[in-house]
Amino acid sequence: MYKIVKKQELNPTVTLMEVEAPMVARKAEPGQFIILRTDADGERIPLTIADFDREKGTVTIIFQVVGATTEKLNHKNEGEFIEDFVGPLGVMTHTDGLKKVAIVGGGVGSAIAYPIAKKLHALGAEVHSIVGFRNKELVILKDEFEAVSDKLKIMTDDGSIGEKGLVTDALRVLIESGEQYDRVIAIGPLIMMKFVCKLTKEYGIKTVVSMNPIMIDGTGMCGGCRLTVGGKTKFACVDGPDFDGHEVDFDEAMERASAYRDFERKAHDEACNLFKGVK
Amino acid sequence: MPNMSLKKNEMPSQEPDVRNKNFDEVALGYTSEQAKDEAERCLNCKHKPCVNGCPVQIDIPAFIALVKEGDLEGAYNKISESSSLPAVCGRVCPQENQCEKYCVRGIKGESVGIGRLERFVADWHLAQENNNTPQIEKNGHKVAVVGSGPAGLACAGELARKGYSVTVFEALHVAGGVLVYGIPEFRLPKEIVRKEIENLKAMDVEIKTNVVIGKSISIDELFEDGFEAVFVGSGAGLPRFMGIPGENLRGVYSANEFLTRVNLMKAYREGSATPIQNVKRVAVVGGGNVAMDAARCAKRLGAEEVYIVYRRSEEELPARREEVEHAKEEGIIFKLLTNPIEILPDENRIVGGIKCVEMELGEPDESGRRRPVVKKGSEHEIKVDCVIMSIGTSPNPLIRDTTDGLDTQAWGGIITDDDGLTSRKGVYAGGDAVTGAATVILAMGAGKKAAKAIDEYLADR
Repeated sequence: MYKIVKKQELNPTVTLMEVEAPMVARKAEPGQFIILRTDADGERIPLTIADFDREKGTVTIIFQVVGATTEKLNHKNEGEFIEDFVGPLGVMTHTDGLKKVAIVGGGVGSAIAYPIAKKLHALGAEVHSIVGFRNKELVILKDEFEAVSDKLKIMTDDGSIGEKGLVTDALRVLIESGEQYDRVIAIGPLIMMKFVCKLTKEYGIKTVVSMNPIMIDGTGMCGGCRLTVGGKTKFACVDGPDFDGHEVDFDEAMERASAYRDFERKAHDEACNLFKGVK
Repeated sequence: MPNMSLKKNEMPSQEPDVRNKNFDEVALGYTSEQAKDEAERCLNCKHKPCVNGCPVQIDIPAFIALVKEGDLEGAYNKISESSSLPAVCGRVCPQENQCEKYCVRGIKGESVGIGRLERFVADWHLAQENNNTPQIEKNGHKVAVVGSGPAGLACAGELARKGYSVTVFEALHVAGGVLVYGIPEFRLPKEIVRKEIENLKAMDVEIKTNVVIGKSISIDELFEDGFEAVFVGSGAGLPRFMGIPGENLRGVYSANEFLTRVNLMKAYREGSATPIQNVKRVAVVGGGNVAMDAARCAKRLGAEEVYIVYRRSEEELPARREEVEHAKEEGIIFKLLTNPIEILPDENRIVGGIKCVEMELGEPDESGRRRPVVKKGSEHEIKVDCVIMSIGTSPNPLIRDTTDGLDTQAWGGIITDDDGLTSRKGVYAGGDAVTGAATVILAMGAGKKAAKAIDEYLADR
């Protein structure tokens, strides 16, 4: 059992939790993920590590309520426990030798992009962060990004904060204005990552994306998280989650991500009904 | 006088058309009368050929003699001297290739039902309340075991009996390894596994779930933490795929994923949090025990037609005879000498069919089995909405990638000497992580052997 030591609502659908998990905190690095089960009959879901504190032995996760499991997780409070919490899994994001990087985060994906920006900043790299949200209400980690970025662009669909437009618009402007990046790191919805990669390919800028497919064990056993990278089958859990974005078959990944959509919608509705009146 | 019947007492079982709709255990187990009657068939041979056929060398005639006398606790203790998981082995060991293969009664007629008797004794023991576990004096040495599958559990059990403080690390949220994620409920009830593991815990074996060795903590760090020896029984978990077009379509599973969803995550239960696709026509590619398990699970999930697609003939099927028979009885359709070349999408880009070619057997290959060759012009399509790839697994790379100086084979297996010692001092390994995918009992045998070697290694320290 893993204790929730802090819970904070970042926006109406995104929550931060700091969880006591010393074994995970000891080794965690940006880009890696954990797998959790909320309770004894729960499913296993992967969540990327948003932050960690080796001294306190805690790991921070940031999640959006999208399905039954995240709904249940969001109903747990400080001082309560998560049944299972295992990690760190996957390979950490490579930051060695990078001098100037554009970090692109979309929605809750920004939460995963943040620790990488933080690490690069600490290593002395020039960090330009571009984060996109639907509107002002949904913006997360603004202050945190500001603290670690040499430039920060906030993009919203409706222009209620920052600029109106897509993250790719901002990235194109920066590149066109002469910014020379050794790397772009893009984390967010598959469709966003696909278009970021399309753009950076035009300019020949190496781009790394973080994939978050359906997964069960997270140790290479089930193969459910497989994707095609450069024509070869890779397992996101052990070979990733970071991959060369120019090599990833995003269309296939999007198909695979939708495999259980109907089931998930139904399960989420049931979970919501379960909590009606509980709140 | 021994019972000279040429036939074994038959195993009471659920009827095929009943059991292929539920996940309850197929075989129901002997009654006391049947067990006694079967025990009477043992001739108690002086040279005990059966014992040499057993990878963990259970004193088979001795335990059977105790069953004859009605001393079931004595029989259990006799088995326990050699085996850590008798209720499991009585169910999933391929006895026909081991102990029973060498039984003298098998020369004329059927051999003694050794596996069935082992299961009977173990189940009797598990059903008793107040199992008293002997208190063992600790010798002060700490050993870490990586993986809680059959190899790890056998090694842990042996060491605990000798007084070692043993900690078993398991990556998943529940202990048991392939016994819980792979082998289905109807062949090995998870309650049995749980009880066997409880027995180990009662012997003071500590089991830490949710720890991935190589990720959460490395082998080197285990030594820093005070463990004096490490046994690696991390299995062969990585699924292989064929590399044919369409393999990443929705509706294509590895057998591992399919079985894990069903067995470990209980996707067959109403209201399970883990989904599984509602499949109607299923092709399982492969001919081993895992393929049979996947096919029989698919049938139980309500699939109308389930095919085993295998490129060689019936004779070469690697699965146990009994599993093949059970599958056939339950209505699984065998498409033998058939090999898939492409998985075809339907209009929604979900699996719609599987394109296959027919094969014929040519000259023997390096495995001694006749090599299948494609029959010209035999291309055809089978309409299915789910394909399960069950063509084998490879050892998990997490440990070899994070342990310096640990020598491995080109295909990934950890290299050990006959006692299970790896190229690293104090690091032992056994089971599928060393041999590639094999059986539960061979893994247990390796775990036991390594425990003996670890004991000798640490006794001098």
